[in-house]
Amino acid sequence: MVTKAARPRKRKIVVRGPGKTSVTLIVNGETHEVLVEPRRTLLDALRKDLGLTGAKKACDEGTCGACTVLLEGKPIYACMALALECDGRTIETIEGLARDAKLHPIQEAFIEEDALQCGFCTPGQIMSVKALLDENPHPTLEDVKRAVSGNLCRCGAYPKIFKAALRAAELLRSRS
Amino acid sequence: MRSFEHVNAPDIKTAIALLREPATEAIAGGTDLLGELKARLRSPRRLVNLKTLSNLREIRYSPKAGLRLGALVTLAEIERHPIIRERFSILAQAAASAATPQLRNMGTLGGNLCQKPRCWYYRHRLFHCWLKGGDRCFAEDGENKYHAILGADRCHAVHPSDLAPALIALEATVRVVGPDLDGEISLAELYTKPTESHRRMTMLGPGELIIEVRVPPPKKNARGVYLKAMERGSWSFALVSVAVQMSLEGKRIADARIVLGGVSTIPWRAKGSESILIGQEFSMELAERAAEAAIAGAQPLRDNAYKVSLAKSLVKEAVGSLAS
Repeated sequence: MVTKAARPRKRKIVVRGPGKTSVTLIVNGETHEVLVEPRRTLLDALRKDLGLTGAKKACDEGTCGACTVLLEGKPIYACMALALECDGRTIETIEGLARDAKLHPIQEAFIEEDALQCGFCTPGQIMSVKALLDENPHPTLEDVKRAVSGNLCRCGAYPKIFKAALRAAELLRSRS
Repeated sequence: MRSFEHVNAPDIKTAIALLREPATEAIAGGTDLLGELKARLRSPRRLVNLKTLSNLREIRYSPKAGLRLGALVTLAEIERHPIIRERFSILAQAAASAATPQLRNMGTLGGNLCQKPRCWYYRHRLFHCWLKGGDRCFAEDGENKYHAILGADRCHAVHPSDLAPALIALEATVRVVGPDLDGEISLAELYTKPTESHRRMTMLGPGELIIEVRVPPPKKNARGVYLKAMERGSWSFALVSVAVQMSLEGKRIADARIVLGGVSTIPWRAKGSESILIGQEFSMELAERAAEAAIAGAQPLRDNAYKVSLAKSLVKEAVGSLAS
């Protein structure tokens, strides 16, 4: 009788792609199933597959911040993440901020302080400020500067962006 | 990006086996790799995702063993960790100075240590430079404002990591594993100048990975500083950076380790500066001599002579700030 020698346990590997594969993205509290190639970035999945065009595609190489979204509450560049690797994870985009046709206090503060000119970087700026205020309701000016240091504003609206972030912190504190 | 297959690594062993296959690349934070793929510097057939190796995410500390960092720890986690900030402050400072908040949330320790150079010829698809297998370094007599001033040979790119100089100053070691490899080496040894037959910025070959970084407990009375000269206040690679870790007994310098970034193909240990300092009473005149020694043998190119005086000033300033 032959007994099988103990063989090292082989873990099964799952190869996905290069064609489309199913991915679950939880965006602004809603679960979406999308079919994407592994090379699809999270940014393209949001914009092209889900029609959420708030996160902007500008540099598409992780240098400008216009595509900033929150992944599990933390700001990231959606252009430098693969959609596939966000499978089952929580994503927040600018579209998730307004509720019942009412703007989020950060959005209100950006309008109140006139914290934009062309507006292209604004969704990313606001998401970086959102991540800061979710974690720290009492930020200093320095905290704000650091929080948006990965978001380029070519119009140079930073002084007003800083003011808006501090104003938003006040608004949020007064309403909580 | 060209299309590719994607596999989540179930365990380290399988990851190594998968990475031995041709046209296969590892992805962790992805912030460096996706840049290369988008620029079509390479077009792998398959990516192996290391982020699923959840046992490589831990930060552990004990006063006896020191610090142990899994390769998947993010730069943001290093920057914010209270013990790292308190006891290994140059590491926290270096992490906080790198890239942007978004990239620090994505980028990993292992990826930061193994990142590819920022040299614009290397990053441009149409320049088949020596490091990419070509026959010349275009920076040598080209646009070389950001390139090496010390110890460069066939390639004049600089190693872009902020964490590497800080960790080498802290005497870190790394555990590297591969098809025929499992051992601990000093982080300084990981960085070897690229050679004709090994055109890479580290000694690692295909399928070889850093899985853990270990930092011994800080020496008695040790303090450190990481200074980084940048073109802008954020999202800039170092023009020159310096990590200095020193132990002082009164005014006497008992120990010193000085490592420069942005000046060479590898993180540049300034041993000459260290030996001038060790055992001596601190004075600004001594700091000046140590700073001079740091740039001994510098060979600036057409556009980067400014780095020589910048490196010298940074070393002097860093040493001075720790002693006073």
